[in-house]
Amino acid sequence: MSDSLTAPTAVPAGPRGRSLFEPHRLFLMAIFAGLVFCIVWFMRWDWLPQYGTKLVYGVIETLIMLFATAIVGFLLAVPIGLVQVTGPKPLSWLALTFCTIIRGTPLLLQLWMLYYGLGSLFAQYPEIRQSFLWPYLRQAWPYGFTALMISFAAYEGEVMRGAFKGVPRGELEAAAAYGMSPFKLFWRIWLPRAIHRALPTLNGETVLQLKATPLIATITIVDVYGVISRVRQDTYLTYEPLLLLALIYLCLTGLLIYGFRLLENRIPTRGA
Amino acid sequence: MGGPEQAIQVTDLHKRFGSLEVLKGISLTARQGDVIAIIGGSGSGKSTFLRCINLLELPTAGTVSVHGETIEMKSDGHGGLIPANRRQVQRIRSRLAMVFQSFNLWQHMTVLQNVIEAPVHVLGVPKDQAIATAEALLKRVGLFEKRDVYPAFLSGGQQQRAAIARALAVQPLAMLFDEPTSALDPELVGEVLSVIGDLAREKRTMLLVTHEMKFAREVSNHVVFLHNGLIEEQGPPDEIFGAPKSERLKKFISSIH
Repeated sequence: MSDSLTAPTAVPAGPRGRSLFEPHRLFLMAIFAGLVFCIVWFMRWDWLPQYGTKLVYGVIETLIMLFATAIVGFLLAVPIGLVQVTGPKPLSWLALTFCTIIRGTPLLLQLWMLYYGLGSLFAQYPEIRQSFLWPYLRQAWPYGFTALMISFAAYEGEVMRGAFKGVPRGELEAAAAYGMSPFKLFWRIWLPRAIHRALPTLNGETVLQLKATPLIATITIVDVYGVISRVRQDTYLTYEPLLLLALIYLCLTGLLIYGFRLLENRIPTRGA
Repeated sequence: MGGPEQAIQVTDLHKRFGSLEVLKGISLTARQGDVIAIIGGSGSGKSTFLRCINLLELPTAGTVSVHGETIEMKSDGHGGLIPANRRQVQRIRSRLAMVFQSFNLWQHMTVLQNVIEAPVHVLGVPKDQAIATAEALLKRVGLFEKRDVYPAFLSGGQQQRAAIARALAVQPLAMLFDEPTSALDPELVGEVLSVIGDLAREKRTMLLVTHEMKFAREVSNHVVFLHNGLIEEQGPPDEIFGAPKSERLKKFISSIH
């Protein structure tokens, strides 16, 4: 047994074991270091300290929007995906229509429809203006949150539909055969198994969701993109703030991917 | 009646898929300690019959009793039957352990988690007690070292042995084996059969759908030959294999060897 385990690990040791300091790698590293040096040295970064705090708040706003919409959207995506597999028919059609409409129209359009359309519609009704919800409905974030959340729910609903469908029938049969109630079968077997299958896709979709968040800056929410826009307006600089913004999104994406990898590795898979 | 208590009694079971009648009225009684081998060609309905016992397939007509308790069914309005009392079905299923052709271990759980899942989450056994039982069972099927491994990393034979441990963990009233070695590579069949053989010698009640005729003859005390959804012939293994009466059984046995 131990022989067969060591044999395959020995194979990739060849290319991976190569030194970091081979000539072509050193050359690439030198180019990269030169690039970073040029960016730091020849470009203007004196505005950074002044906007530091705002940037931090912007990043926090972006992350809150990302996680809040992804989590709530996913909770919605589970039933949306499930009813498309189990029925009943009317609910399944409803879910399919929802997914098709949301996935078939631009997110920016949905956001503006909600904010400018629904937002101004609300303002016309005194009942709404006098209700306890009005202080919130006057702000931009509920519309931003709703639009992003609905979009995530629709895309992930589709992912979860596939994931639920892909769980081998036999495993569900085994759960039924051992006396699980439908609820227990779903909670103990079907859902965890589907999420596990969907994790790599969910990873990618969450990264896409991160990169959809700057759209909310168009409805006056100040996320990290909003802060950078502000910097550009104040300083008349173009490249420096945008480069920084790219770096920030890159780091956030890296962290997301790393986090999902940890989740994925908790249950190792082989082959498919 | 006398003799051992009835474990499973099936009466006049019919099963229809659309216009195709797969089971045309099968009655069978398994007393406690019986090892009944169910044999027959493909399409004879033997797997469907087994799956009707724990209602993975819903019979079109007929009754199933487990330990004297009849599973209540009612009409579904389209000429079929559905369980009248879902709780009862779940309770009875929880003590009828099934071993599947394709193992059907839950892939997101380790071997140990697979084995304790039903005891803990269906039968309500305390977790530490379930783990102790499970470890003993895994030792018995030779998989103790693999208890923290996920099923995808096991061979077919190991997976099926784990599935047998999962079945034993619920302290089943009867075990249903649905072609347990048909999906295995030939060199892995032996290890699984030896485990099942041990269980048979312990006088556990089991129904065994199999293509392994030699094995069926060795471990069973009753053999049922299904053909076209009916019991063509049944009896003690030596009679069925040694002196088959019906032409179809003779043909079937000679085609196997």
